[in-house]
Amino acid sequence: MSPTMIAIYVFVLSCFVGYHVVWGVTPALHTPLMAVTNAISAIVVVGAILVAGAGVQTDASGFSWIHAIGFLAVFLASINIFGGFVVTNRMLAMFKKKK
Amino acid sequence: MLELSPDFFAFAYLVATILFIYGLKGLSSPKTALKGNWSAMLGMALAVGVTLANPEVKTFTWIFAGLGAGAVVGVVLALKISMTSMPQLVAALHSFVGLSAVLVAAGTFLAHREAGLLDTVAMIELGVGSAIGAITFTGSLVAFGKLQEILKSNPLVFNGQHLLNLVLGFFMVGFCVRFTVTGDPFSFLGMTVIAMALGFLLVLPIGGADMPVVVSMLNSYSGWAASATGFILGNQLLITTGALVGSSGAILSYIMCKAMNRSIVSVIFGGMGSADSAAVSAGAAAATKGVKSASVEDVGFMLENARKVIIVPGYGMAVAQAQHAVKELVDTLLEKEVEVKFAIHPVAGRMPGHMNVLLAESDIPYDCVFEMEEVNGDFSSADVCLVIGANDVVNPAAKSDKASPLYGMPILDAYKAKQIFVSKRSMKAGYAGVDNALFYYPNCSLVFGDAKSTCESLVAAIKGA
Repeated sequence: MSPTMIAIYVFVLSCFVGYHVVWGVTPALHTPLMAVTNAISAIVVVGAILVAGAGVQTDASGFSWIHAIGFLAVFLASINIFGGFVVTNRMLAMFKKKK
Repeated sequence: MLELSPDFFAFAYLVATILFIYGLKGLSSPKTALKGNWSAMLGMALAVGVTLANPEVKTFTWIFAGLGAGAVVGVVLALKISMTSMPQLVAALHSFVGLSAVLVAAGTFLAHREAGLLDTVAMIELGVGSAIGAITFTGSLVAFGKLQEILKSNPLVFNGQHLLNLVLGFFMVGFCVRFTVTGDPFSFLGMTVIAMALGFLLVLPIGGADMPVVVSMLNSYSGWAASATGFILGNQLLITTGALVGSSGAILSYIMCKAMNRSIVSVIFGGMGSADSAAVSAGAAAATKGVKSASVEDVGFMLENARKVIIVPGYGMAVAQAQHAVKELVDTLLEKEVEVKFAIHPVAGRMPGHMNVLLAESDIPYDCVFEMEEVNGDFSSADVCLVIGANDVVNPAAKSDKASPLYGMPILDAYKAKQIFVSKRSMKAGYAGVDNALFYYPNCSLVFGDAKSTCESLVAAIKGA
């Protein structure tokens, strides 16, 4: 099996896992669900880190456009990670039971 | 230094995936939700930490600068945002994921080209990844603009729109193929730019009423963008996480469509959400004859002497900033030993579950708040149903009138209550531009005025009595 085929296996099976887990989420928490999935979709930060820290050629001053692109990608993903998790936390902390 | 094997990274990423799944599982109940969020955070910390230890990472300056700056912006945004503006924040965050995915594809392309690591499969993955990211990016920007009311929320439809999208789609695929064959960076750029234009054009024609679906759909896209990035990098963590997010957004879109009785196809091709002026004026004309109105004192008296009251809140309540006044009203009624329940329609806010968050914010306990299926059987035993800022979701025409544009949409059975009061600013029709048959029911009266001041005077009336 080629690596691409393995990746397709993983992808399809994960879709099934996602399908079953998400139907179990209570409708009252659909907004936090969206905020937290937002945060975790920022997992692209892994790719962004590999670009921003890649061992590519730099000019005399140590600059490379690839690093700059990576920096921007890390920055955007990082906003998502922190913004998404913090706002989810803020929302979830509001849900209280009757006293 | 210790040489870490690729399997070490793969294993750590597997643990992170499991932590993410636990995070989502926690949301099955408000009791476990916070713990779930922490689990997801731990997963993210693990994923980032492990990636930093990857031997491919040679320099850290840019990475830490990006992470640090993003953390500051993200935390400030998350702490400052008001709960009514949550859909805007989510849309903005989706656009960031989209753009980030585009940049990762571009950067990976350039870095791999320099290292001579590109083959056909990698090029296809790069093309697809960048295109999905680009559509997510601009589509979410438009959604943000509409929600923030920078752009007009009514649908923008012009002749030949679908043809234009189709032609652009062909060009996008054409550039993608050319890029795969030649590896020409300009084809990559051309494809990405066209994908961005498509993202704009696809969301622009979608009307304000359909926004909950659009936000859910873009949530799904941001997941697929992450998955596609995973294919580019051969990284299973990104593939699995993206698939979780992608299916989550897809399910939410489906739920929203069902709740509005709209097919996903008709939402995508747009057109709804513009109030039909003819329908509005017809409603206004009819209003003068058959509608009863009630004074705040009457409503207060009925509420206080009821055994069971169901409140149906809509987005109008949030617009009027009436949540806290509603909470006070609830407390007053609870003191008088009246049973109070909230009934939430799935599209009560501007994104899935939005109303629940707004109620939670004003300290209304979640165990008084019920979903449509849970509460619909209760209306027939309710003495009073109080509708605040909701309209289409309680319109019985959706059940009985085959000619109504709402026909087939599931509604809250407010009309079954012994007495219904609707707090309304004016006789204006709801989002769908449809007159509400409920207002003409013999057991329904309207309370005219701003929702917030109505609730405040209700509290005063009940306490004074």
